[in-house]
Formats: sequence, C-alpha cells, structure tokens
Amino acid sequence: MAAVMPAPAASRVLMSGNEAVARAVWESGVKVAAAYPGTPSTEMLEVISTYPDLYAEWSVNEKVSLEVAIGAAYAGSRSFCCMKHVGMNVASDALMTLTLTGVVGGLVIAIADDVGLSSSQNEQDSRYWGRFAHVPVFEPADSQEAYEMTKLAYELSEKFQVPVILRMTTRINHVKSLVTVGERNEYVGAGFKKEPARFVMVPGNAGKRIPLMFQRDIALRAEAEKSALNFIEPGSDKRVGFIASGPAYMHVKESFPNAPVLKLGFSCPVPFEKCRELAAMVEQVVIVEEVEPLIETELKAQGLKVIGKEILPLQGELSPNVLKPAIAKLLGEPVPVMDSVVPMKVFPRPPTMCVACPHLGVYYTLSQVRNLNISGDIGCYTLGAGHPWNALDTCVSMGASMGVALGMDKGRGEADKDKRIVAVIGDSTFLHMGMQGLLDMVYNKGNVTVLLLDNRAVGMTGGQDNPGNGRDIYGDDSPRVDFAKLVSALGVKEERIHKVNPYELPVLFKTIRDEVKVPDVSVIITDQPCVLIKDYHKLKPFEVIEDKCTGCGNCIDVGCPAIHVTRRAKEVKPSGREVDLAFVRIESSVCTGCTLCVQPCAPGAIVHYAPVSPIQLVTKGCSA
Amino acid sequence: MSENTNILVVGIGGQGVMTATEILAEAAIALGHDAKKTEVAGMAQRGGVVSSHLRFGKKVLSPQITPGTADVLLGFESAEAMRWQHMLKPGGITLMNTAKLVPPVVELGLFDYPEDPLAEIRKCGNKVVAFDATTIAQNLGDIRLGNTVMLGAIADQLPFGAEVLLDCVLKRFQRKGEKLVELNRRAFEAGRAAVGAAEAAVA
Repeated sequence: MAAVMPAPAASRVLMSGNEAVARAVWESGVKVAAAYPGTPSTEMLEVISTYPDLYAEWSVNEKVSLEVAIGAAYAGSRSFCCMKHVGMNVASDALMTLTLTGVVGGLVIAIADDVGLSSSQNEQDSRYWGRFAHVPVFEPADSQEAYEMTKLAYELSEKFQVPVILRMTTRINHVKSLVTVGERNEYVGAGFKKEPARFVMVPGNAGKRIPLMFQRDIALRAEAEKSALNFIEPGSDKRVGFIASGPAYMHVKESFPNAPVLKLGFSCPVPFEKCRELAAMVEQVVIVEEVEPLIETELKAQGLKVIGKEILPLQGELSPNVLKPAIAKLLGEPVPVMDSVVPMKVFPRPPTMCVACPHLGVYYTLSQVRNLNISGDIGCYTLGAGHPWNALDTCVSMGASMGVALGMDKGRGEADKDKRIVAVIGDSTFLHMGMQGLLDMVYNKGNVTVLLLDNRAVGMTGGQDNPGNGRDIYGDDSPRVDFAKLVSALGVKEERIHKVNPYELPVLFKTIRDEVKVPDVSVIITDQPCVLIKDYHKLKPFEVIEDKCTGCGNCIDVGCPAIHVTRRAKEVKPSGREVDLAFVRIESSVCTGCTLCVQPCAPGAIVHYAPVSPIQLVTKGCSA
Repeated sequence: MSENTNILVVGIGGQGVMTATEILAEAAIALGHDAKKTEVAGMAQRGGVVSSHLRFGKKVLSPQITPGTADVLLGFESAEAMRWQHMLKPGGITLMNTAKLVPPVVELGLFDYPEDPLAEIRKCGNKVVAFDATTIAQNLGDIRLGNTVMLGAIADQLPFGAEVLLDCVLKRFQRKGEKLVELNRRAFEAGRAAVGAAEAAVA
C-alpha cells in the first residue's frame, strides 16, 4: 500500500481497483476524501491517506462521509467519498437531495458492491441509486478502467454539476492488474458562493430544482450516447451479441472472443441508441450484468428484444463457467463439460475469532448464561453466532442490535416472558449507528442489557482507527470518546454502567448475570483492544501438561483457535451417563497468554510454556 | 484462454497466501507479461479459506481461473490443497505443504479432518508433490520463512527461470538487511530442493 504513491508518471504498476481509484483521486487534485471502512471498499481511503496534498478522514458513518464530501464540493473543491454497498443505504438521505442542488467542485462517490457476499449481510446492486437519484453511473471492468473512469468522472461531474457514482464490485476493488499512472493536476476550487435558491433545499427552492434534474437526465443520456466509455466491438460471430458492463465484460470477452459486444462503461443513463445499433448487427442480444436486470429491464421497456436473466443467475458473480453453458443452451449447442476431477468433500472452514480475541470471553460467558435472546450487530462479534458459542441470534444492519433488542423486549410473546434481552455491539458500530438506538431504548424505558464491546478498532475491516481509540486516519492523536460518559449522557443510569475486563471471566459472568435480572437499560463496556492492533500486548504463552488434562473440554468451549484436540475418548460416569472426552494441547507458538482457557480448566493443566529445545518444538507443531 | 498460465495459491487467512501470489505476479510482470491476481478471501483474516488466483500471459481478460484450467496449485495447507483439486487442468500439478491446520469446527468434533489428504489427491489421479515447508522453515530458524519455502517450491514449475522469482522474493527483504536476504535465499533454495527430492523419490 505504501509503495503505491512514489510511482512516477507513465510507470506501470500492479494495483488493485481500490489502489487505482486512490491514485486517480490524488491525480485529479481532490482536496477532501471521506469514508467509513467497509469491505471491499476500505483500501481506497487507506491508500488515499498515504498521498500528500489532500485531506482524508475516517468519518463516523457513510452519511457523514458523504455530507463532508458535499460540503467540500459546495465550497468549490473536488471531493471524494467511498463506501460499501450497504453504506449507501445510510448515506442515501443526503444523496437524494444532493441530486437537486448538484455540485460545484466535482464529487465522485465510489460504491463497492459485495457481489457474492464475501463479507456482507446482503447483496445489493448500487446501480439502482443512479436511477433513483438521477445521477450518472460509471462501471469499470478492471483497475486501469477504475483509474481512468475516476478521472473522467470528475470532468463529467463538473460539466453537469452532478455527483457521479463509480460502481465497483469485489472483483474490481480487490483484483490487482497493471495500471499506467499519470501526474497530479492541481485543481483550484472557486470557493463557496452563497446561492440559497440552490443550496437551501426548502420546498419552495427544491421544487424549482426538480425540472432541472429531469432536463439533466436528457442531457446525460445524450452524453452517454457519444461517450467513448460506451463502444461496440464488432465480432465475426453474429449469432449472439452481448451488452455487458463492469467485470462481466471481461468474462464475455474471455468466453466469446468472436462475438460482437457493446461495452457500457457509462451505463446510466443507458444509451438506448447504442444498444439499438448493436441489436441491428446480430441475431440475438444477451445482456450480461451483475447482479440485477437493470439495463435489461430498461431495454425491454424500450421495445428491444433482449435476453438476460431468463438464462443468467439473479444472484452472485458471473464468470466464464456460468456464461458458457448458458449461451450454449441458448444456441442449442452441447453444454461444454470440464475434464476435471469432481470437487472433493472437505470440512468447512468458516472465519473464526482470533487467538486471544477479547470477544472470546464475552461469547464464552454468554454461552454459559441461560434464557437469553441476543440481538447482534455487524463486526467481528457477529462470529459469535457460530460454533462453539452459538450466542448471537440476530444480525440485520449497522446499529440494529439496539432497536431490535428494544423491539424484542416490547414485542415479547408469552413464550418469551422470562427471557432476558441482550444486545451486543462493537465500539465503531455503536458510534456509526448504535447511539441513536440506545437513546431510543433509554427514552422508551426498555429492558435490555447492552454489551458494548470496545476493542478500540474497526476490527473486521482490518483494525482501522475511529473516535473510540483517539487516533485519526493518519495515526495522529485526536479526542477520544469516553464510552461510559457517552452512554451516561444518553440517559443510562450510573449504577447500570459497568466497565469490565473481558479476560476476567468471573467478573464478566457475574456482571452479565446480575444486569440481565435488572428491568432497566444496562450497559456493560468491555475495554480490551483488538489483538491485531498495536495497542494489544502479548503475554507469556501457555501449554498443556498432558498428564493433568482430564479431557473435560471446557477450554475448547472458549473457542480459541490455538487449542487443539490430541485425542478423544469416552467415559462412563457413576450415574451411567456416557460423556465424550477431548484431550488438548495449546499451539504455544501462537498463544499470547490471555488466560481465557486457563480460567475454566479445573485440574490446572494449563501452565506457562517452557520451551525445551527447538527439535521438540517442531514435533509439537506438526501433529494433526 | 489456454495461452495464459493459471496459478492457484490456496491456504488459510494469515498464512501469507495473498502475498505469495503477489510476488508471483511481480515476477510475471518483470518479464513483460500481462497479469491479474484475484482472491476469494471472504473474511480471510479470521482463519477462513483463501484461494488466490494468478493469471498471466500476453493479455489477461477474466481474472478468475475457471474449474479445470489451473496449471499449478500451490497449497499452503494439506486439506486446502485437497479442497481445490477440481480447479486443476488434467495433467496439472499440485505442490503442497504437508502441514495440517485444524480449524475449531473440527476440534469441536463437528467435522473430521481428512485422514490423509495426500493420498486422497493421489487417488483422484492428479500429480502431486508434497513436502513439509513448515519444518523446513523452522529448521532454518524462523517459521515465517515458510512463505519463501513455498515460493521456492513452485519456482521450477513456471514458464520462466527460477531466478526471476527469486529476485522478486529477495527484493522484498532488501531494505531489511543482508541477513534476512540470505535467510530467504536459503529458504527459497530449500523449497526448490524439497520438490526436487520428492519428485526424485516418486520417480
């Protein structure tokens, strides 16, 4: 990441789509860039912050980041904002009015769609925002295009005084390919000019802007018709012509090298005439787009005979091995069969919490307390829904743990009358969108125990800084939120606020068990840092004394990935009940001495690791 | 397309799979190839499955390797090497670390770890060379050298000379001092030798 910036103009650099956009943002003379982290968009702003001569910030949420970018664009400067697809749901309130005021300095919004849900709660097609908000959408197909389109987007943005959406997908954001980079051009902003009829969107003013928006739609469509980003590649095989956008274009070219293709880089508004031109060249037209049938539906409404999602999937990524069979079927040809081995059955390997993660203690404890309904949130702690804890019952959207918990409390049925409601949320998610939910809970006198897991980082996206850890995007000191004071200010009673070290299991257990019994809003704040950030300090590792291990498996229930089973056995208890035993060892080379497994170990079989010799270490590390 | 070379590097989040693929990409680019590298990583940092695709050649379009078209599979972990066998083309080769990393779902008794991944791979008829990269790295004094051992292992299976890849590996350590450069050179050669020895043993 750090190596990107010094690349001189005209050099070819291996860059991810995110790095390519960052470079283009810098070259375009952008003055302000803001974002909230979210896979697969995060690296855009991380890399932008390594460039000089601009201001970058982690905002508390996507809506604020867009508003910051809007302010800079109103002030006449070029600005940039990026987010993952669900981030735009949060930011959309600003977007839907921004489209009426338009911009002065160019504003580009890069939205990263997690097509295939590698790390998201849903799969959305952000190209809808182009239609909904009446703004143009660019769709790059690789890093070079992401770079070029970002630069062109600033020109278009200023020409039409409209924000431009750069729609990316995981397969653009995270794919590395070669980019020829250029030089930075300074952009001198005009300064903010007071123009209330344009920037103060009260009904009287906003109503007058709407017709301008529709006029702009017509002008943008005309621009898309003549844009060099939309081009036809005539092919020799006229049986099927393709209209493709984004990464789908590459799959089409790979799969059908001889087919005519209309590539849409400037895909909203759809250039209908260009599409008709392609249709006139071929026998049938197939639309290849990820993921919703947007272009397809609009072309069908235009009376064009096109095929799309009738033969292609409505979900997930496209690829040559999806396209080839579908087109073969369409043409009545035999479906190509791959001459490879059948996929072998191997256990699943779901993502898991890290060794010594401070959340381990929390979920271990929650798994030991009965009668809980637990509403969860978005972050590493969502993993608490998995094995061995199974201690998270819902996950909807950023901050939803608060409102969902209150609703579970107020809407409880007879069957749940004795259930305790717990909400689990991380520090960054709380600051993003959880605070309002907690305020609502206090204001409406809910009965919920909130676990605020403060690990001082946006953990799941790679440990980014946030207002909770007192560092800005540059790693410089900034005012740090005091969570106890914050929740107190929101109305939580002092005696219901507890700060707990999540590695102290007895204290954690007692605090949770006591608070769930109190019919009020309680907040339990854990205060130990994410193990992946610099605030975490490793301690002396542990090992298991083989002879002392009784195979009870208590330590396995903590869920730490450093604990491994060496052998299993069955034991018949005096009561006649048969129990499974699992004897363990600790992978001392990765253990950081958090003590979470030591505490539930009754026979005291876990002790500090005392290495004997390197040779023995090797044998230990290699047993299955 | 067949004129491209497709390399699939697989393992677990945190093993350095993505970095290894990036170094392979740098080697291909150094020789003037077009290249694309992509991952199916998910929440990879959290110990999940990682498969990193590298395609290089005159011109690369789609970044993904489609099933049945990988030329080489570099497996950082035994069960992972097994998981991705269907990606190999007929006659493709697997180079795999015999290390086993057992996930919590297996420790909990919910799933079984395959008894002998190497035998399973052999059973399906694919060519495979196995070696213990983890132990080789430990014997060289640092488990973190495992990554370089793996790159050494693939070095003689590429359509270009091993020294190109070695240069790209060592470039990464140049700023960290001559000692580390030398250690990595040894790790790289140890990886090459391990594959050579294993191949000789089979023949």
